[in-house]
Amino acid sequence: MDIIPKQQNEPDRRANERPRQVQYLTPLVDVESTEEGYVIRAEMPGVEKEGLEIMVDNGELTIVGHRRHLKHPGELAYREIRQHDFRRVYELDPTIDTSKITARIDQGLLTLTLPKAERVKPRKISVE
Amino acid sequence: MNIIRYQRYPQSDFLTAFDRLTNMHEELDRVFESTFASGFRALGTLSRWTPAVDVYQDKDQFTVVAEVPGMKKEEIDISLHGDTLTISGERKAQEKQGEQGFRSERFFGKFQRSLTLPSAVNIEKVKASYKDGVLEVVLPKAEEAKPKQIEVSLS
Repeated sequence: MDIIPKQQNEPDRRANERPRQVQYLTPLVDVESTEEGYVIRAEMPGVEKEGLEIMVDNGELTIVGHRRHLKHPGELAYREIRQHDFRRVYELDPTIDTSKITARIDQGLLTLTLPKAERVKPRKISVE
Repeated sequence: MNIIRYQRYPQSDFLTAFDRLTNMHEELDRVFESTFASGFRALGTLSRWTPAVDVYQDKDQFTVVAEVPGMKKEEIDISLHGDTLTISGERKAQEKQGEQGFRSERFFGKFQRSLTLPSAVNIEKVKASYKDGVLEVVLPKAEEAKPKQIEVSLS
């Protein structure tokens, strides 16, 4: 059981009618697994709270981060930063209680906490 | 002079040497790219993590933008040595709570990025801000470096 990242270039099933024209960047992500559940940390510089879209549908977690486009004075003289929005899709471990997923973003780092359902948590049973 | 292309993904030690070779062609291309015309040079660095930077310029100032998500303000250092701006810092790894599993793509540790500015700046007036994981450094040009307009009167 795990949280499995899905291939990014896999075509979006819901967009069969028209080819997807939006290009996304894949954020760098750490996935930590604990007894309590999972913690996902995704780097999305330039994304604030309002720019986040997090969806759980049919066992799939989709994270989209829209960048806040800042206007800097002057002309661009040198570029390395890509301006695309971020997107990443994960296949969720079925033991996760999707109603209890929480998210926060701080300095462009999104932290998602995905707790396991109570019934699957390891429990020590004391003998009377 | 050395130019190291920005790498989005941190590399493993094993791949580093190999990638250097395969990247050589790209690096050569880059040397002849027009970035030089603008006068900026992104200097090479020994750290494996190199945040991406953008540079903007107008007649009064330079604005350097760097992506350094998930840090605290205190962990970022900005220094100016002559005409070289250096952004550095260290991102501390999150404490692992469980022993069960960890899949990591993010990079931790020290980073450093240096840029050579094409003209002198007023050190006293350099300002920086950090928001949403994006660092912005505004460097006003020194008076003597600003383009001057000379009026020529026709008689």
